[in-house]
Amino acid sequence: MKRGGMLRFILHRLALAIPTLFGVAVLIFLMLRVIPGDIVEIKLRADGGQVTQAMIEQERHRLGLDRPLPVQFASWLEGFVTGDLGTSMWTDRPVIVEIRERLELTVEVAILAAVIATVIAIPLGSLAALFAGSVLDYTIRLVTLGGLAAPAFWVGMLIILGLLTLFHWMPPMTFVPIYRDPIGNLSQLIFPALAIGYRFAAVVTRMTRSAVLEVMREDYIRTARAKGVYERLVITRHTLPNALLPTITVIGLEFAFLIGGLVVTEEVFNLNGIGRLFVQAVSRNDFILIQTLVMIIAAVFVLTNIVVDIICAALDPRLRAGR
Amino acid sequence: MSTTLAADRSGVLRHWARVTGRAIADQPLGCVGLLVILAMVVASIAAAHIAPYDPLDVDFGSMLAPPSGTHWLGTDTFGRDILSRLIYGTRTALTIGFLSSFLGCTVGAIIGISSAYAGGRTDLIIQRIVEIFLAFPIIVLALVVVTMLGRSRVWGIDLNLILAIAIPIAPKVARVMRTAALTIRELPYVDAARALGFGAPRIVLCHLCPNVMAPYLILLSAYIAQAILLEASLSFLGLGVTEPEPSWGLMLAGDAAQFYREAPWMILFPGLAISLAVFAFNLFGDSLRDWLDPKFRT
Repeated sequence: MKRGGMLRFILHRLALAIPTLFGVAVLIFLMLRVIPGDIVEIKLRADGGQVTQAMIEQERHRLGLDRPLPVQFASWLEGFVTGDLGTSMWTDRPVIVEIRERLELTVEVAILAAVIATVIAIPLGSLAALFAGSVLDYTIRLVTLGGLAAPAFWVGMLIILGLLTLFHWMPPMTFVPIYRDPIGNLSQLIFPALAIGYRFAAVVTRMTRSAVLEVMREDYIRTARAKGVYERLVITRHTLPNALLPTITVIGLEFAFLIGGLVVTEEVFNLNGIGRLFVQAVSRNDFILIQTLVMIIAAVFVLTNIVVDIICAALDPRLRAGR
Repeated sequence: MSTTLAADRSGVLRHWARVTGRAIADQPLGCVGLLVILAMVVASIAAAHIAPYDPLDVDFGSMLAPPSGTHWLGTDTFGRDILSRLIYGTRTALTIGFLSSFLGCTVGAIIGISSAYAGGRTDLIIQRIVEIFLAFPIIVLALVVVTMLGRSRVWGIDLNLILAIAIPIAPKVARVMRTAALTIRELPYVDAARALGFGAPRIVLCHLCPNVMAPYLILLSAYIAQAILLEASLSFLGLGVTEPEPSWGLMLAGDAAQFYREAPWMILFPGLAISLAVFAFNLFGDSLRDWLDPKFRT
């Protein structure tokens, strides 16, 4: 019974995501098709030389832009299954190759940042709540407010500056996969992870703090104290597990913003990842590349939220019955 | 006669002194935030009188000068005075921050409130569309809009940049405002208004809108902070404010990103300015929330 309920919940959430993702695809596709001016002509003119109508027609045909919009849209969607997502207008390489080369790095930085930030944030937030009103609490709140205010790319610059003045050392510039050279890999990626993780940690700390404070006002905490449960157990058994739910929700929501932060921060650390590719695609109006990148980012966001919902439902049976 | 006037005036003064005193005692952090915001407003209005140099004045004689008596915060690769550029940059940050947050929050509020009032199928469809927009991280959507719209400058302000920042904000605000309006909709006085035969526009404008002002103002100040941060990020990427206009984000890009290892003052102060501005609006917004809506207090 219990397991069946869970399975139905998961299927229900997944089914709800399909129209959203389809809507996202339609929206991106249309937004990028209303760009003023003929993008192919602009591109050819930028390359220099004489531009004839025949050349434009030929280029449009090569990129598949001479087909009717619904056909273009359908073949783009099909590409997510077959892997043929078109050719980048600017590098002339298949979109899927451009993305595959850079995905590993970006995913690793994002996960590193999320893990480090969560491991730091949950204890900090709980401490701030348990000692609410103390100097420790105010210090933690001030530091977290700083994390909300400082732009991640600037924090990245400060980290590089700090490493240079203190150790006369800069993170390596070339990417090596973690399974080949774990130390080289981490010494490059840990710093951008810290830069974007600061904001993430700040948000999670604040959420944990208010969630713990909220739970500590509940009747069952008073009951536990009244029947003489050790304070340590009241906190570890009764308070923290219940405060975890909103914290997990916010971790999921913020994970998407982490990717947003990477878009800007990869530039600072010279990382050749998805974010940088996206910025380059935007600066060059390479909308064949843009549409797929945005779709991937949006899909990650939607799927993360489903996973978060599932985790929350697994932890709290009330949420399963609710909807 | 004059004595009563004087007494009145001192009474008014005492009243305001008391109000200010209570505000400082209740929300010390919020008052600090407000103070910083006011200082920024003054700096952006009186930039020409405060700034020691012209922000666009190129002086190759003092390129990359470190902070000193003549250039308090140093100069950049063109020998331009960083302090002056920061002061003029306040104008850019505040204008774009306020206008895009105002636009995004107002459009979002209109969508959210009408969606809540309409209910039924209309509400469902609008919420589905809002959900689609919410699937993009803010900066990603802003960058797509930048690609889509290009640039259009009116009175020295890039209108498309404002739109690019406002569009991602609107659906987030719509979500929150819808929830707020839904609870108001169920209250007896809305039923009473309907029973009296008032039309939908009148109920929405006169009964719903005034009662969701509190969350609207809170969101407005919170998203000014977000918008300033977003403008800085877009300008840093070279897709927001363009040279030679002074913008804090732009001051961190280009040559600054190249030479900051030798000339750290080039990035230190603009980054601090961004952080301070965002910090101030966040503090102010938090206090505004506590003050306007004690329910949200945590």
